[in-house]
This record gives sequence, structure tokens and C-alpha cells, in this order.
Amino acid sequence: MTMSMYYAGIFADVGILLLGALSVYIILSTGQLSLGNAGFMGIGAYLTSWLTVMVGLPLTPSLLIAAIVAGIIGVVVGFPALRLKGIYLAMATLGFGEMVRSFFLNFSAMGGPEGFHGMQHVSTGTIWIWAILVLVLVMVLETSQIWLEIRAVRDDETAAGLVGLNATSIKVGAFGFGAAVAAIAGGLFAHHHVYIEPGNFSFERSIDFVLAVILGGSTVAPGALAGAVILVVLPEYLRFLADWRFAAFGALLIGMLVVRRQGLLDRALLRLALPSSPA
Amino acid sequence: MLIQQLVNGLTLGAVYTLIALSYSLVMGILGVLNLAIAELFMLGGYFGFAVVLAQLPLPLALIAGMAGAALVAAIIERIGYQPFRTAPVVTPMLSTLGFSIILQNIATNIWGSDPLQLTDEVFAERFDIGAVSISAIQLTVLGATIVLVALLAFLVQRTSIGRALRAVAENRDVARLLGVSAGRITLIAFMLSGSLAGAAGVLIGLHYAAITPYIGVEIGLKAIAVMVVGGTTRIWGALIAGPLMGVVEVMTVAYGGSQIRDFVVYGFMILILLLRPQGLLGGSRRNQDQRV
Repeated sequence: MTMSMYYAGIFADVGILLLGALSVYIILSTGQLSLGNAGFMGIGAYLTSWLTVMVGLPLTPSLLIAAIVAGIIGVVVGFPALRLKGIYLAMATLGFGEMVRSFFLNFSAMGGPEGFHGMQHVSTGTIWIWAILVLVLVMVLETSQIWLEIRAVRDDETAAGLVGLNATSIKVGAFGFGAAVAAIAGGLFAHHHVYIEPGNFSFERSIDFVLAVILGGSTVAPGALAGAVILVVLPEYLRFLADWRFAAFGALLIGMLVVRRQGLLDRALLRLALPSSPA
Repeated sequence: MLIQQLVNGLTLGAVYTLIALSYSLVMGILGVLNLAIAELFMLGGYFGFAVVLAQLPLPLALIAGMAGAALVAAIIERIGYQPFRTAPVVTPMLSTLGFSIILQNIATNIWGSDPLQLTDEVFAERFDIGAVSISAIQLTVLGATIVLVALLAFLVQRTSIGRALRAVAENRDVARLLGVSAGRITLIAFMLSGSLAGAAGVLIGLHYAAITPYIGVEIGLKAIAVMVVGGTTRIWGALIAGPLMGVVEVMTVAYGGSQIRDFVVYGFMILILLLRPQGLLGGSRRNQDQRV
């Protein structure tokens, strides 16, 4: 393997993790923590692969179809989730993620435990086009009226309802949007690795997404990018940590929660870096 | 065949009961989900194995697993819970997640990611009662669980520590006004919870005669579902939910295939969360804030 291929692999991982982290960030913006986004990622990965390999569609429409279907599933999951808050929602989404993984283990039409292959390899560039598109979309959304409503719902749902905001559609919509983004991450993951198995979409994957958001910054969208870079690139530079990198991330997570709960990037830091931006 | 599966289900259920009690002690008293309990369970298994492999008696293995896990739980309480006591409930959950990542990494580095196995069957002996065959280790698991639950019940219901635990669960501020040291009680709750998870780890390790660093994610995490089914705000719900979920899982494996069991267990949990959030034993809705 040449050096450039090696770096291309790392950049591809950052892009996919960025999309996964954004999917958690979108849902978290409404005050809902999901520990099951690997489930939506798995749905996207399997559906996209089925469309390209079995149906013969090109990648782009396959990804869009998978995103729409996962978005609908996200809305369906989001409605009952309205009844749950905080830890209870976290437990329910964890259960959902594990149910999806268990479902694909049994789904012999797509290989079951043996996994599924036959996808065309997708370039790192394509992954990054999608990642940047979604990141810019979320950042544009953040300057819009809708995001003010989302923040109002997160800060005080009752008060937001009293001033006439529809908290239900905002929270459910965020679930749908987050699920669609996770599905795109899954579709790209499947076509980058050209092989998927249910174990790719386990609880640990959901945790990676959450880690990236919490470490990078949970109050601004570019935080997801910072988090994805930290999680993938840092171990490459900290070779001496090779066997201990997960412990280092765990310690980093606890330390970050103690000293800087909002994560590395926040509004104040972004304003310092980009003085002219209205953020 | 059916009764045999029932016995196997109850053995798994006993282990689930202990881990679910471990979760609900912290959840019921402090309202915090300690995700590191899954890894305390795994560590307890390794501590117990170390004692068994050193040819020391079994009760010592149980004590080592419980004490070791309780000590780690104390560290988690000081670093992972105290700084976040006043933060939103999701924050301490995330910090315990940090600990679970650290503990799994430590276990993988010390003991390797391959399963550690007991070379000679420690309790190969089996007893046949009619058509049912029960192994000595299954009896040990069931017996040890009953003794531990009885000890816990005595501690919580009949001692001054138990009274203080229940007082903090009811209302932390009022308990402090009445002279209960809430900080000490929090530490005790975490350590008690850790020792139960550790005991469960020792028992499952002996039952399977093998242990891996991933057993926490495979079995420990599923005990969250057991806690939810029993009722998160009442610790004794686990006594019903543990055996129930153990039997449900073993029956699913026996009659539906092993791949579908997590689907059934977590699906059951989500149904309970949505339809009966107070759990099977949670009583009427009016009674929901009662915690222990």
C-alpha cells in the first residue's frame, strides 16, 4: 500500500465519522441524545448496497433513496421517542440500535451473519463531497429561523410550546433528518469497504458518533468535524498510545466533560477564529 | 426439554437479576444510568477467574470479584459522578461511558481479546432430577444469587445504611437536613452496585467456563433491558424481571434461533418503556416517584 492510499483511507474514515457525528448532532440539537444511530447507519448501508448490487441503480440515487427511507423510519422511531426523555430515551435508542443489528444477523437475504459484498468501491473524494454537503446544509440551517425554534425547544420545551412553536414536529423532524444523514454515512461506508456485516453497526459505532460530537463540540456543527478528526487522526500521531488509544479517548471524554462540557469548539471560539461570521 | 430450558433460563436470569439490581441501585437512588456497570461485570469475572486459576476456593473468587468491582466503582463515583452531580442526567451517563471505554481497553490489554478459559471443568458434576439435568455450577449460580439478594434486602430494609439510602432516594436535600451524609451514601450506593455486578461476572464466568473483554457489551448491557422491564425506580422489580427475561431469552434461542434473541430482549424493553414506563412492578402511575 502506498502512502497516499494510506492517507486516503484515513480521510475516508474521517468523512464517514463526520456524517455519523452530524447525525447525532442534529438530534442532540433538540435536546435528545441517541445511542442508536448505528442502527440508522446499518439500514442505510444495507439498503444502499441492495439497490446498487441487486437492483443495479447508480450510487447517488441509491444513497438518496436509502436516506429517504431511513428518514421515514427515523420519524416513525421519533414519534414514540417523544414520550421519553434523557436517560430513558438513551436506553430506548440503544435498544433500537441493537434490534437493527440483530435483525440483519437474521436477514439471510442479505447474507445474515456472513455479511454482504459485491459493491463498487467509492473514492474518498465522493465521501467528502457528501460529508461537506451535509455539513454546509446543517450550518446554513443553523443561521435560519428553524434553528432558533430548535434551540427554543431544547432549552425549554414547555415555554416553546407556549409561544406557539410545534415542539412535536421539530423533535420528530430532527430524528428523521438525523436518521437520513446516518443512512448516507452507512451507504458510503458500505461502498468504501465493499463489504458489510451486522457487527459493523453495533453499539460501539453509535458510541463513536456520540464521542466525536461531545469531544469536538456539541453546540456547533463544525464540532462534529473537529471530533471526527480528533478520533481518527490523533491515534495516527500518537503511535506510542497504540494499545491504549481507547483508554485515552475515554479519559479525554471524562476530562472534556469536567473542564469544557460543550466540547472543543463552541460559538465563542468560532467567533474568535472567524471574526466576520455572524455565528 | 421444556423444563430443562426453564432451568437454563433461570440460571441466566439469576445473573441478569444481579446486574439489573446493580443498575437499579444507582438509578433508583441517584437517578443516574451507570453505563460502566457492564464493564464492572466483566472485570468481576476476570478477578474471579484469577482466584480460581490460583487454585483458591470458590467463595474467595466471589469475594475477590465483588471487592475488586466495588473498588473500581468507588473510583467511578469520585471521578465520574461527583463532579457532575448537579449537571443534567445525561452528563454523568456520558462520563460513565468514558469509564466503560477505559475499562474495556485495560481488560483487552491485560488479558487479551481471546477468551480466557478454565482448563479443567471446575464443576463438571451434574445432578439428574427426572428428565432435568442441572449442573453443580448452575446450582451454585442460583444459590449464590439468592443469598446475595437476601443480604441486599436485609441491608436496604433493615439497617441504618439502608434507611439512609432510602432517605436519599426519596429526597436528597431533606435527607441531608436530617443529618444523612449524602456524599457517603452515594459512594456506598456505587460500591454496593459494583459488588453485585462483580458477583454476577464471577458467576457467569464460572457458568460458561470462559470470559472475554466483550462479555460486558454482550450480556451486561442487556441487563439494562431487564432493569427497565422490572421498573427503573423500584429496585425489587429486577427479582421478577431477571428470571423472566432469562427464560424469555433461552426459550427464544431454543425455539427461534440464537440470532434473534437480542431483538426480542431489546424489543421487550422498548415496549415496556413506551407502554408501561414504571415497569412491570412499578405499581400505579400515582406511585411512580417512589424509588426504593
